Amino acid sequence: MAHFTKATSVKDWLDQRLAVTKLEKVMMSEYWIPKNINFLWAMGMILVVTFALLVVSGIFLLMYYVPTTAEAFNSVNYTIMKEVDFGWLWRHVHGVAASVVFLIIYIHMFTGIYYGSYKKGRELIWISGMLLFVAFSAEAFSGYMLPWGQMSYWAGMVITNLFSGGSLHADGLVEWIRGDYVPAQAFLGRFFMLHVLLIPLAIMGLIGLHFGALRIPHVNNQDGEEIDFDVESKKYLDGDKAGSKVMRFANDFMSKDMMVVGFFLIFFFYLVFWNYGFAMDPVNFDPADGLKTPAHIYPEWYFLWSYEILRPFNIDLGLILFAFAQVIFVLLPFLDRSPNTCAANRRGPLFAIWFWLMLSNMIVLTSMGKLPPEGIFSTIGLVAAVLFVVQWLALPIITSMEKKV
Amino acid sequence: MKNSSRRGFMGKAFGAVAAVGAVGSLVAMKKTWDPLPSVKAAGFTTLDMSIYEEGVMVTEKWRGKPIFVLKQSAKMLETAKENPKDIERLIEIAGEHYMVCIGLCTHLGCIPAFRPDSNDFKCACHGGEFDASGMVQMVPPPRGFDIPPFTVDGSKLVLGEAGPVWQAMKDSGITL
Repeated sequence: MAHFTKATSVKDWLDQRLAVTKLEKVMMSEYWIPKNINFLWAMGMILVVTFALLVVSGIFLLMYYVPTTAEAFNSVNYTIMKEVDFGWLWRHVHGVAASVVFLIIYIHMFTGIYYGSYKKGRELIWISGMLLFVAFSAEAFSGYMLPWGQMSYWAGMVITNLFSGGSLHADGLVEWIRGDYVPAQAFLGRFFMLHVLLIPLAIMGLIGLHFGALRIPHVNNQDGEEIDFDVESKKYLDGDKAGSKVMRFANDFMSKDMMVVGFFLIFFFYLVFWNYGFAMDPVNFDPADGLKTPAHIYPEWYFLWSYEILRPFNIDLGLILFAFAQVIFVLLPFLDRSPNTCAANRRGPLFAIWFWLMLSNMIVLTSMGKLPPEGIFSTIGLVAAVLFVVQWLALPIITSMEKKV
Repeated sequence: MKNSSRRGFMGKAFGAVAAVGAVGSLVAMKKTWDPLPSVKAAGFTTLDMSIYEEGVMVTEKWRGKPIFVLKQSAKMLETAKENPKDIERLIEIAGEHYMVCIGLCTHLGCIPAFRPDSNDFKCACHGGEFDASGMVQMVPPPRGFDIPPFTVDGSKLVLGEAGPVWQAMKDSGITL
């Protein structure tokens, strides 16, 4: 048996059994963060806090929600909203957080692309991050089914139909996913399970992987500079805090991080209390009806860009391009052939144009996806969708032409 | 050496047991997600075709899905006769022609709306259009409305049972 001595304090008792001092050093006070960063480096912490808000509000909603086609709509719109004290708070926190989390994810993603934070040993951070994006998308979709309103039902119908694979007519697969010919009890039951158990477990596992992948390459900095963390941390610990290029994760970095989180939370709760409407589609306040399609079916704003890539084409080409759009971001570290790890604007004109064009095009696709598919909007949507594909195909070429800076 | 080979064998033996268990549980998991027998046995819908009025679109229900029934007016029939792909989709009962289709867009399953002014269907989701015989007029939908399995019983139409007329339609590729 390992040797234990009489503890001199509670901390010592824990230290002997859990090595809490060492753990604190590894995770917090001697986890080194570059100084050369800005507020965009706080998005990760904002996402952690938002995820926590989703889990806590979800726990309270779960106590009153009833996952049956007969009861679901009323359990949300009557029981939770009208009967349960503060039930509205949990629902609005949950709905607003589900929407805002995607805004922050997109900022986090484009920050990573802009500063080249997926390059040179940071590939796995990017890949695990994109897997988290997929898991969050599945979580958002499955959660959208649960109030069993018109948008829940018809989004469920349309999205599960994607699995028929167009001309492959895999109707058996679609019926297997639904457990019925149309979305019904079996469908609601399994998506409820996915939403409250399986996907959250996957998300938590992926968050662990995402953080683990960050540990060895460390956080990137504004100049993409390769920092010798051993040398710089020694400098810091020897007392030259000003001369060192790094700082402690806690409390140096955390204090600034939580400052940004504070601003975010003020914005977030402003939305929850006064402007939650954007996260509550009015159509979903009609109960699900399998014999009546709403006049316009559109996804929540964060799926609009990929929806717009699906829309202008015939079903097979549309599905192929939709699948392309879903997976192509994962491959970014391998499609970018440039030797440079630095801000997009400093990598020469080609990549700078590529980056800002990609960002603007995603916004255009998002706007067009919301508008009815008619006239000039169809044309703009088509051009934007084609441009999206062309940009990704061009990426390996323009980045291999890039000169070392 | 003797030890390590024994461990190797134990590892392989466990692997074999685990593989059998994994395959078994995958089969069980797949089957658990299958539609239930009660769902599969979901009944047949019988439509009395004599009650429909010419040119008036009626939505019926079969297996939770909307069924479009449109008794063709003289004008619709005239248009349909000009196009062989249209006329072959119509079901003839007691001398009258009917469009009977699953009212879900063949793109991604929204319910298109009937427009009485232009005698056609328009899908609000992705802009697909279908004519009065259910044939596709504008992409993205890849084909006309699907026709549910049916059998003709006098002036009645039984949905859910594949009769000879429907089988012929399926064999010639008019419907899926």
